[in-house]
Amino acid sequence: MDQRPRLAAAITGVGAVSPLGVGAPALHARWQQGVCALADGLGRCAELHLADHLSAKQARRLDRFSALALIAGAEAMAQAGCAEALPCAPERFGCVIGTGIGGIQTLCAGQDAIRERGARAVPPLSIPMMMVNAATATLSLRFDLRGPSFAVSTACAAGGHALACALSLLREGRADAVLAGGAEAACTPLAQAAFSALEALSPSGRSLPFDAHRDGFVLGEGAGALVLEHPERARSRGAEILGYLRGAGSSSDAHHMTAPRADGASQADAIEGALRDSGIDASALSYINAHGTGTPLGDRIEALALGRALGADAQRIPVSSLKSAIGHTLGAAGALEAVATLLALRARSAPANIGLAEPDPDLALELISERPRPLGDDRQRPLLALSSSFGFGGHNVVLCLEA
Amino acid sequence: MSSSLSSDDVYAGLREALIGLGAEQEQITPAATFEQLDVDSLDMVELAQIVEERFGVSIKGSDVAKIASLGEAAQWISDRA
Repeated sequence: MDQRPRLAAAITGVGAVSPLGVGAPALHARWQQGVCALADGLGRCAELHLADHLSAKQARRLDRFSALALIAGAEAMAQAGCAEALPCAPERFGCVIGTGIGGIQTLCAGQDAIRERGARAVPPLSIPMMMVNAATATLSLRFDLRGPSFAVSTACAAGGHALACALSLLREGRADAVLAGGAEAACTPLAQAAFSALEALSPSGRSLPFDAHRDGFVLGEGAGALVLEHPERARSRGAEILGYLRGAGSSSDAHHMTAPRADGASQADAIEGALRDSGIDASALSYINAHGTGTPLGDRIEALALGRALGADAQRIPVSSLKSAIGHTLGAAGALEAVATLLALRARSAPANIGLAEPDPDLALELISERPRPLGDDRQRPLLALSSSFGFGGHNVVLCLEA
Repeated sequence: MSSSLSSDDVYAGLREALIGLGAEQEQITPAATFEQLDVDSLDMVELAQIVEERFGVSIKGSDVAKIASLGEAAQWISDRA
């Protein structure tokens, strides 16, 4: 088997809007501090005031998921030094934003308008606001990104898949830089009722991944964005490289629309694929940012999959889930978790599973609880981590990050 | 719908709608063009919906091309209300 490392994407900017606050630094610092941002059984971006970030026209024209993507994307582009002028021809700068559902708030508002005032009252911009590629289009327009751009929609794996797609675009030579991430704003009565009907939501409103008392996930909203660049081009323009997306693995369960394959084999395939694609062995990993939604079945299968793919290393590598702090942001999750993982590696400190009081004894994992876990023994050596995302539909994607 | 709607009444309604669409208040004058107000084709479909709801006048894209300024638009709508 080919074990040579393939091209890694340089990460030169990150952005995040999450229930922990506006900005990637807030996501990082508050998770490290042990803050749980859930309230009333939801993970809302309560600190975000759209008017501080958007013009009146933007605010009118964007569904909330696109607005979140725009804010996170602008932060990432600014950090990468790409907000004022692109570092390459616009035709060489791509954009890939994932979302699970897209503009569900616009959809519901349009339906309400029809019911209450008739078809002619439907907001004329409903379609360009609700379409799943609206967030991608918003960022492409804002920053004049004229390279390949599209949305990726694989439910709760969409953010991770968007980053994997961006890496492919760079490797294939179809772009020199890609703004990639995920966005979701589905804290709506419809989504809550529907996830609840599937018995996926936590009836207690608590997000307790890997805890013996976990009872489902808590719906959250947010957006994460990263600027990925060809490493040589990033270096030659003197950009600060925050870390690397080393590789990605993806697979499909082909088993059930909402339940994972019981033996975790397909998730394990994605984990092994990420290691292979990155040219590394499990022994090189310092941290795992798990999908860890807090559903009784999902966490158990994920632990099985990690054991299958990583062997004895699965019981050595510290594991935590961002969803313990912000809930499940669906299509944004993979991107927010990639940002959080990168910043944890850079800080040499992996945040804990917030609220984890009684680790499920059936899960053979090294779960971080109570306080952050120091990572690495040598600040010079780059550290490696995995970040997993598994979506309804049986879509699995695992990213390997280095910093 | 009243047929005695003056163009001043329509202008006041358009002004309010444009502010709602995000146009700069101080730039809204009878002589201003939609282009000067940064009203693009997407704003125009929203504006057309507001005009239809409020004044009962239907504006098509082909009509908009014939209207140069906000004042002309108010007159055009007033003539048909």
